[in-house]
Amino acid sequence: MSKDSKNGGISRRKFLQGVGSGIIGTYVLTPTIASASEKLTKNAEKLKLTVPVSMTVNGKGVHLQIEPQTTLVEVLRNQLGLTGTKVTCNNGECGGCTVLMDNKAVYSCHILALDCAGKEITTIEGLMTGEKLHPIQEAFIEHDGLQCGFCTPGQIMAAQALLLNNPKPSRQEVLEGMSGNICRCAAYPSIIESVLAAAEKTSGSTTTMK
Amino acid sequence: MAHKIVKSRYFGDEGLIETMAEVPADKLKAWGPGTELKIVGKPVSRLDGYEKVSGRAVFTFDVILPRMTYAKMLRASVPHARIKNIDTSKADDLPGVLKILTLKNCPKIPWHWGTTALFDEEVRYEGDEVACVVAETGQIAEEALGLINVQYETLPFVTDPALAMKTDAPKVHGWGNIIDEKPSVYSRGDVEKGFRESDVTFEDTYSTQIVVHNPTEPHCSVAAWENDKLTVWDSTQAVFAVRDTIAKSLSMPESKVRVIKKYMGGGFGSKLEAGKYSVIAAILSKEIGRPVRIALDRKEMNLSAGNRPDSVQKLKAGARKDGTLVALSQSSYGNVGAYPNGADCSTPLRTLYKCPNVQTEEYSVLTNLGRSRAYRAPGHVQGTFAFESLMDDLAEKLGMDPLELRKKNFTEVDPESGRPYTSKRILDAYLQGAKAIGWNEKRKPAGSEKGRFRRGIGMASQIWWGGGGPPAYCTIKLNQDASAHVLAGTQDLGTGTYTYLAQITSEVLEIPLEKIQVTLGDTETCPYCGLSGGSLTAPSVSPAVRDAAEQMKMKLISAASAILETAESNIKYSEGKMSKLDDPAKTITVSEVIGEMHERVLVTTGAREANPEGYEINSFGAQFAEVEVDTWTGKVRVIKIVAAHDIGRVLNHKTLLNQFHGGIIQGAAYALLEERVVDEYTGKVLTTNIHDYKLPTVQDTPEIELIVVSESDPLISNTGVKGIGEPAIIPTAGAIANAVYNALGIRIKSLPITPDKVLMALSEKI
Ligand code: FES
Ligand code: FES
Repeated sequence: MSKDSKNGGISRRKFLQGVGSGIIGTYVLTPTIASASEKLTKNAEKLKLTVPVSMTVNGKGVHLQIEPQTTLVEVLRNQLGLTGTKVTCNNGECGGCTVLMDNKAVYSCHILALDCAGKEITTIEGLMTGEKLHPIQEAFIEHDGLQCGFCTPGQIMAAQALLLNNPKPSRQEVLEGMSGNICRCAAYPSIIESVLAAAEKTSGSTTTMK
Repeated sequence: MAHKIVKSRYFGDEGLIETMAEVPADKLKAWGPGTELKIVGKPVSRLDGYEKVSGRAVFTFDVILPRMTYAKMLRASVPHARIKNIDTSKADDLPGVLKILTLKNCPKIPWHWGTTALFDEEVRYEGDEVACVVAETGQIAEEALGLINVQYETLPFVTDPALAMKTDAPKVHGWGNIIDEKPSVYSRGDVEKGFRESDVTFEDTYSTQIVVHNPTEPHCSVAAWENDKLTVWDSTQAVFAVRDTIAKSLSMPESKVRVIKKYMGGGFGSKLEAGKYSVIAAILSKEIGRPVRIALDRKEMNLSAGNRPDSVQKLKAGARKDGTLVALSQSSYGNVGAYPNGADCSTPLRTLYKCPNVQTEEYSVLTNLGRSRAYRAPGHVQGTFAFESLMDDLAEKLGMDPLELRKKNFTEVDPESGRPYTSKRILDAYLQGAKAIGWNEKRKPAGSEKGRFRRGIGMASQIWWGGGGPPAYCTIKLNQDASAHVLAGTQDLGTGTYTYLAQITSEVLEIPLEKIQVTLGDTETCPYCGLSGGSLTAPSVSPAVRDAAEQMKMKLISAASAILETAESNIKYSEGKMSKLDDPAKTITVSEVIGEMHERVLVTTGAREANPEGYEINSFGAQFAEVEVDTWTGKVRVIKIVAAHDIGRVLNHKTLLNQFHGGIIQGAAYALLEERVVDEYTGKVLTTNIHDYKLPTVQDTPEIELIVVSESDPLISNTGVKGIGEPAIIPTAGAIANAVYNALGIRIKSLPITPDKVLMALSEKI
């Protein structure tokens, strides 16, 4: 690779190809490395191979060109700029990266973006209507279901998944539904109260999703 | 209010700190007990709640800059070795790799008090920094790590502190493994004589495990240069400390380094110091001319982002028949990992109760493991568990109620200095806490429960410094529309700092919270405040904010008096309006005053006042635990914790309660779950993810009741606040261990109290 391209010479053309038809407003540039390099071994070439994938994120269709090993959270954060979804363990252990896939909670660090083809993904950003918070988000403020706030988007998405499937959970069901999400600040008692209060607020209007 | 420079002292994270500080020349009248406040103390929802629940809050982890690049650290795969050679050629050739920093091309920047360098040719634990790759993407950087070839000459290692203390043990550094080559020693009275004169003595050895902070946001840093100026976004509990370390490491003026931390995903002490990663990101960024982001992954966090040292504590107590303590001694050691640090934990034993004869000796031991760092109430958590277990044992031997034993040895003055405390309401905490847990009704003699599930009740006391002190400053800018901007160089770790500082401003200037904006954690725009650790933030910063706000009010009154052509004493300030006392119709608003002054912004800077001379400032409390032990599985379940604490004035009831929940649940997990496990044959840490390292989940939440027994401590400062971050966690493990003893009649002397230990202890009893 020439000196120039090493210092930032990314194939812009290739990047733009990946973006698709510009349905999404802003992108943060996560470059795919240009393949035109003498030093590139066959193996490396294979690694840099990109493939297309389309899914729905927060109600909008997105068409991306990604490396096959890319996880959903990498796509969300690095390609779509949706940094509300956090990475804490990157290993399917903590729930920090929880998003909804077809209305079920999933760990986005543990799912290949390729496996999301045709799926509907909802992130914390998609829970809101414009600047208006979702009732669960409001409940987390009101009942202080957070301290540092880093686990909070994941907690809220887990709560949303729980309430979509069980609009009026018992306290025990809240404990079970939220147990896949670690909060190191241990704001758990307030999280439990937040989820119960949110259920109280939303159970009238939410329909059960199957 | 004029300011002056004085010598001041306060208890910080590392003990007593003497410092010069700028303080107000005259003290404001404190908000003492009985002072009615309108908004301070109220359960106001967090001002930063919207950002956090919407996912908009930009943590350091989320900072994305144009042309940003990604760095990853190569870490030693062996616990102790000399690096013979590092070959980065293959990695250099990987497309997308921009630069690799190793000891070959990095200046020798001293680290850990000069005991090592940023990159050293000797690595002293699995996880020590060896090289750092910066690349176009994180994946490429990661891939490059695997292409770096390091040739190690392995050296003998030691991971167990008991072995490391032996003279023939492998040396972590060239020198001996005991820090300072001697124990740190304390003594008062004549301890041997004290034991001889005691009616009853009890001695035993208690031990605690190493636990890892594991904050949810990984340690991370983003460095970006603009000509000769460096901006660093850093996930830190101490922006000024990070600035100073970076400036020093890079030999550049502090004014050219700006450190920013807006939101931070927990630290618990692990983020009190600048990481090597912050300095390395700055160097790499300079070299490649692009911003560099580095974030540790969970494994790196568990290997090298700090931990609470373990402890083995041999304790002895001597008392008269009536329970009066006569002598106490402690001999202990703890594992501080590969670089110097302290593992002392005797302060609770030395200061919790009245006792004339006390002697302690403590060894901090180096081993080939990741270095320890302050972790929420350093020393006190492990010390309190052991000492409060001993007190329980002593009470049993004396045939006394353990709570009575503690009351019997209450002291009104600090047993070390002889100085009185500014306030100490621990007797109220005992009384109210005992009532809330049902101490008299529910508690049965130890081990009298039969059947599979056995319940028990126990308690433990707590002492912590937590009074804060100067230097801490706050700037308030008041705009013409009567909105305010509060700036302080402190940090919010999730403790509610943004919110309670706004509450104080709102209280004094009587402007609504919606019109107040708070900026923290920026070394360029904010005046200096210290680190956020040791429960120092609220007691240090809140009085400075009040000082700045009161000055602003005086400035406004002074201007109004000129405009309304009357004496200042004839001006009444109320809800952002100033009126003449003798002619209330003559009124002028803040906006009009600022307009008249042809100034768009009024500015004041307030300072934290000096701590009072001749007093000790401490927070106190007691926690009571009810547990249930399943004697078939050995599992301990915490049913309820009552936490009764003297913490001075409460600034915000909502965030206070939440912080107590956090401390108690972390304390319960320390008692029952968490432990870093090391394979001593390979020197490898086995618990490097949070599946193997047991963090508590929402299912581990007991019922928690908080009782605040204090109103305000007006001797400390104008706000009367003590810190609460550490008090919340200190007595929890001791209270749980004592409750387990009460349930079973068997003492588990080593934390964590896991099912295997309980079953083993039960089987030994049969
Ligand atoms: S970051 Fe995905 S589960 Fe932890
Ligand atoms: S609020 Fe900090 S990790 Fe949950």
